[in-house]
Amino acid sequence: MGSTRGIYKKPFHLGMLFLIFILLATMPFYVQPYLVILLSSIFMYVIITLSWTIFSGPTRYISLASAAFFGVGVYVSAMLGQALPLLVVIAIGGLVSFILALLIGLLTLRLRGMYFIIFTFGISELIRHFILWWEAKFTGTVGRWVVIVDHTTVYYVMLVIFIIALLTAYLIRRSRFGLALRSIGEYEEAATHIGINATVVKTTAFAISAFFMGVAGAIMATRWTYIDPRIAFDPLFSFMPVLMAIFGGTGQLYGPILGAAIFAYLEEILITKFAYYYMLLFGTILIIVIMFLPHGLVGLVQKWGKGGLRR
Amino acid sequence: MRILEGEKVTKHFGGLAALHYVDFDINQGEVVGLIGPNGAGKTTLFNLISGSLPTTAGEIRYKGKKITGLKPHQICKMGVARTFQSAQLFAGLTVFENALAASLFGKKRSISVPDAEREAMELLEFVELSPVSTMLAKDLPVANQKRLEVARALATKPELLLFDEVMAGLNPTEVAQVMELITKIRNTGITLFLIEHVMKAIMSICDRIIVLHHGEKIEEGTPQEIAASQKVVEVYLGE
Repeated sequence: MGSTRGIYKKPFHLGMLFLIFILLATMPFYVQPYLVILLSSIFMYVIITLSWTIFSGPTRYISLASAAFFGVGVYVSAMLGQALPLLVVIAIGGLVSFILALLIGLLTLRLRGMYFIIFTFGISELIRHFILWWEAKFTGTVGRWVVIVDHTTVYYVMLVIFIIALLTAYLIRRSRFGLALRSIGEYEEAATHIGINATVVKTTAFAISAFFMGVAGAIMATRWTYIDPRIAFDPLFSFMPVLMAIFGGTGQLYGPILGAAIFAYLEEILITKFAYYYMLLFGTILIIVIMFLPHGLVGLVQKWGKGGLRR
Repeated sequence: MRILEGEKVTKHFGGLAALHYVDFDINQGEVVGLIGPNGAGKTTLFNLISGSLPTTAGEIRYKGKKITGLKPHQICKMGVARTFQSAQLFAGLTVFENALAASLFGKKRSISVPDAEREAMELLEFVELSPVSTMLAKDLPVANQKRLEVARALATKPELLLFDEVMAGLNPTEVAQVMELITKIRNTGITLFLIEHVMKAIMSICDRIIVLHHGEKIEEGTPQEIAASQKVVEVYLGE
């Protein structure tokens, strides 16, 4: 159904959510360091996918610019990491991505459908090549070292970013701003004729979503220790959130979260266990999901729920 | 008092003149019909008034203020609302959310969510859609989709309402119901400008009728004058 007042309304779900967060917050005290690192990677994908959904979910503008915003965060971290404290660096990473998205948004959001998709993809490639050229020309090297931060700190920063992103996404969905976004996604021309300033609404949502991608990039960079434009602006960071969101389903907030978490875990398992067949297996799973679960995992859960589990 | 005036309104699509030097005016509280054969430029004129399309030349004024060049959302907030020839609803939203969105964003002054919700509910009541308010808009039958479009336009609290063929595709019973609804709307003091092909309806509702043909205004007058006009008969039936 189109209802936005999702699952968190019931006290049971709220309690569950609280329990999960307590579990996640205490995790580093009793699990192996490897699991903490793995969870940080999963959080990274969850944050990128969730923030992608903030804009692309309701408006149905498929953005392939995620890598640009993520990469900008990574580079801010690499350039300012030595000079400024971690949290300030992260905030600046998000802010730079936010401003970049405002500019890109004003330029590209008059395009629709395929044109928008291609243009956003082009923009992230353009930025990648620009930085590559800049580094080679002016700094003389291609890559950069990033200040290392210990794994537990990375984990907690990721967790906090995740919670803030989740809260933001939830509040937007419930607000009048969210209704405007969904109206635009349903029928943009009609939306402008009932007084919605589509350009402002779309650009704002685009920038908010970019903020969280930049923030995630800034903290993730500290784990990589060495970065170059190929790593920071890897097109996979543009494609992954789209696939993960489709996998999870965008109908409910937990869809992209679930999709990204399972997907990221799957990637890790496949890479370590089947290094040579990883991409093949990955692709097969994706095709099966798209063919048989058009509404993603959310659709599956809802179908299941109608069978008697819920209501 | 004039609520809407057009002066030498012209619209070219490439080499084709869809509208050519059209002058018109609409008085406050009037119901004005816009008729003409297919391709006469009726919907184009609506698109120019509501800001969907830029005008090539000429000027449109709403309450004395120039609105040509403004964006659709700005024109809407000034008090001009419209419906579309084929209903352009927010298909995946509920009936209630369709009306709510218009109520929240359509006015010059911002409105609180509870007020907007109350207003949306009242308007659904007004068009007799409150029993289906929780349904998705795409699941409505055509007649109710048209009603919802009317409710959504009304929710922006317009003073001037443009109806683009609200009766198209409806059966005689439904047409009668829509005519009743139009009378109800006019009684609230809203000025109406409507494109319609159902002649019986337009003749009985309108105070005045404007006839377009090949992008030019060829006649204007009361329904009786239009019915008697030699020019109009020629345009519709051929010489």
